[in-house]
Amino acid sequence: MTPVCELSALRPDQGVAALLPDGSQVAVFLTSAGTVHALGNIDPFSGAAVLSRGIVGDRGGVPVVVSPVYKQAFELTTGKCLDDPSTGVPVHPVVVRDGVIQVGSP
Amino acid sequence: MTRTLVVAGHGMVGHRLVEALREKDVTGQWRIVVFAEESRPAYDRVALSSYVDSWDAGSLAMPPHDDTVELRLGDQVVHIDRDAKTVRTASGRVQPYDALVLATGSVPFVPPVPGRDLPGCHVYRTIDDLDGIRATVESARSSGRHAGMVLGGGLLGLEAANALRGMGISPHVVELGPRLMPLQVDEGGAGLLKRLVEKLDLTVHTGTSASSIEEDRGRLIAKLSNGVELDLDVVVFSAGIRPRDELARSFGLEVGPRGGIVVDKACRTSDQDIYAIGECANLDGMVYGLVAPGYSMAEVVADRLLGGDAAFPGADMSTKLKLLGVDVASFGDAHAKEEGALEVVVNDAVAGTYAKLVVSDDAKTLLGGILVGDASKYGSLRPLVGRAVPGDPVALIGPEGGVELTLPHDAQVCSCHAVTKQHIVDVVNSGDAVDVPGIKACTKAGTGCGSCVPMLKKLLSECGVEQSKALCEHFDQSRAELFEVVRSTGTTTFTELISRHGRGLGCDICKPAVASILASLDNGHVLEGEQATLQDTNDRFLANMQRNGTYSVVPRIPGGEITPEKLIVIGEVARDYGLYTKITGGQRIDLFGATVDQLPGIWKRLVDAGFESGHAYGKALRTVKSCVGTTWCRFGVQDSVSLAIALELRYRGLRSPHKLKSAVSGCARECAEARGKDFGIIATENGWNLYVGGNGGFTPRHADLIASDVDTDTLVKLIDRFLMFYIRTADRLQRTSTWIESLEGGLDHLRDVIVDDSLGICADLEAAMEKHVDNYADEWRGVLEDPEKLSRFTSFVNAPDTPDPTISFREERGQKVPVLLGVPAFGAAESPEVSR
Repeated sequence: MTPVCELSALRPDQGVAALLPDGSQVAVFLTSAGTVHALGNIDPFSGAAVLSRGIVGDRGGVPVVVSPVYKQAFELTTGKCLDDPSTGVPVHPVVVRDGVIQVGSP
Repeated sequence: MTRTLVVAGHGMVGHRLVEALREKDVTGQWRIVVFAEESRPAYDRVALSSYVDSWDAGSLAMPPHDDTVELRLGDQVVHIDRDAKTVRTASGRVQPYDALVLATGSVPFVPPVPGRDLPGCHVYRTIDDLDGIRATVESARSSGRHAGMVLGGGLLGLEAANALRGMGISPHVVELGPRLMPLQVDEGGAGLLKRLVEKLDLTVHTGTSASSIEEDRGRLIAKLSNGVELDLDVVVFSAGIRPRDELARSFGLEVGPRGGIVVDKACRTSDQDIYAIGECANLDGMVYGLVAPGYSMAEVVADRLLGGDAAFPGADMSTKLKLLGVDVASFGDAHAKEEGALEVVVNDAVAGTYAKLVVSDDAKTLLGGILVGDASKYGSLRPLVGRAVPGDPVALIGPEGGVELTLPHDAQVCSCHAVTKQHIVDVVNSGDAVDVPGIKACTKAGTGCGSCVPMLKKLLSECGVEQSKALCEHFDQSRAELFEVVRSTGTTTFTELISRHGRGLGCDICKPAVASILASLDNGHVLEGEQATLQDTNDRFLANMQRNGTYSVVPRIPGGEITPEKLIVIGEVARDYGLYTKITGGQRIDLFGATVDQLPGIWKRLVDAGFESGHAYGKALRTVKSCVGTTWCRFGVQDSVSLAIALELRYRGLRSPHKLKSAVSGCARECAEARGKDFGIIATENGWNLYVGGNGGFTPRHADLIASDVDTDTLVKLIDRFLMFYIRTADRLQRTSTWIESLEGGLDHLRDVIVDDSLGICADLEAAMEKHVDNYADEWRGVLEDPEKLSRFTSFVNAPDTPDPTISFREERGQKVPVLLGVPAFGAAESPEVSR
């Protein structure tokens, strides 16, 4: 698990990107419900590392982040792409310990 | 083998024939040569009176033919050699034909009134006629309001009166018959029509005619047969038409006893190879003076030329028009000529509406009807002519209108383009069209007079196409409704709005839409607090995201005017950050390839040099492009650059449902391409012409004239109102063109609202715009001055200065461009190697 930032650095529904020691990138989200999620930051449709910059919301009640490039929705809890179930992004384990967000490998 | 079709005449009907044949003749069987008398190609004569609004002949233009059509203007056919099958033109050109179509139209009938040839007497048919009337009016010596007389109180006469009114003349309308529009309207309807048009400064004289016109010290004095004497500046004859059949007479084709080239149902004349269509043709003893039967004839001939067996289906003489702002419609057997026909009349003198239905003697079949004052039911009633009356006739035209009408499938919905309900239902059910613009594109329905557009909407919902106005799954309201909710409740946050008026968490549709509404209502910086989480891709970092996740930066260059010093700063910034540079279509400079963490440094230098955000990233005003105008140009008539800069500075930062583009041209040469913009301004000798609703993009569209020759203050007021009305009422991502199209009443309604203030909201719209102007602040300066906002512009929360390792560039033509990113397979997304 890698500590990436304090929980207080996150604004609800506004993701941030973090760099892991192996060079991979995660998109970390705090939802307005108070849950924290970490997904792979690379949008599989464009290849750009931008998922952290997407709009967070829900689709049919399922919490999602929407890629800022071509607007596909990814489920925050599973990484599954709701617009193309054959693809998705990795889900990283995430814990908040002493107010610090820690992210692991998928 | 290619055959040659010669068309004599290029009016609306000749134009339609050429278009129909070019469309149907896929194998190129016919070469088309058109000889026209007028010096300009076909124009929309039906809309002739609107020429007075702009004095821009281009506004009446019909779509040009493709390059294979040879169009000879100002060179009419004067001779036909039927044996040799050739025509000779006025210029002496001899052209062989395999088929000849006479589409020579008609001439106005001028009654033999003494004095009818005096200067100041005109007919009303062509653009040149209107130019002549204008010249007479401008040279008129009378002071105060000019007076004019229109002889003829039919449809054309009232159109002519409308044109005179547009020139600032108070018209007298003189009609020999007992009432106005005797062909279309009955006594009850005409009575109301007279009352409504007299409110508009018209004087109506019925049951009388002009017995003489005399000149008296530069004035025209008309004596009417009822003893009235009128002191006039101009006289316009609009008392009917006579077919142009002289070619037929001279070269041995049969003509009718009262004129018109006799044709059969295939529109063939007495010569197998010669056809006649439109107002010059006489079919079954009738000469039709409306464009719709002419169009039907054109379609018949196009079909016949290609070996088809189409026949004239009979004329639909139905008419719906807005005359002097008064709705008038007439359809089917309007005068109850059918034996035993019954009439049902609802005449509401208080509301100013008159409606009549004509039904068969057993009251089961609808035969026709007349609507005056409110013709909104025309679209649903006209297609039912000849069919069962759906319910109680009084209820159909009563004020409640509570009866839902269902059309039979073969009913013609659009009579301009002969489109049946079945055809429309087919394109909707097949998914080819999902909205009114889609139906228009697939079937042409609604693109003629537009009176069937409400019916198209109804058919969409009948087909089960959800015309839901709900913004998204989180809000049942339309964007316009949400705008009013936010405005009237003073809501300032998305959370508050969705908890009170929506459901769920929101999404990528409603969040940016609400962000835009909040911004339009001046709720501070777009990245302030919660607003930052609502912003779409580009607004989120106030820059345009490119395909590799980098951004492009566009500083504002108002009107495209820039000093060398500022150009050098842009160049230095681009060089120092290694940015790809490109000149945009909006006369500014785009700098590509900035990473998110570089944006603040780039903007610090730009802001220090006096630049501001160009809002290239926002659904907001982009640029106001300009030509160089009178300052330098030998042809300019106004200072287009100063106006463009003033407008760009006025509306900069204005958030709207979609992007807004503008341009100002300093003369009619239109070098700034203003008519391709949401609002475009073209200089005239006397001021400015304002055009609205243009755009490039998927469906390019020229903007339409909404005001002409206005001074700068008036112009700015009109644009204020236009933009604010658009911002308040448009759908999300709806450009101004489709917004105007979606308005009930279209451009006319828009003009009513923003020019004539029909809703009484203009002062409010202007005040809203003043508020925007007063509260404007540069968004990028706002970021640079706020450490909290600035802190969001980092690559990684745990490594703010490490650039995104997936981004790399290569060089092309001396500049850097992105290395295309590999699209990794699911599960391997994390390895940065894949994108190297």
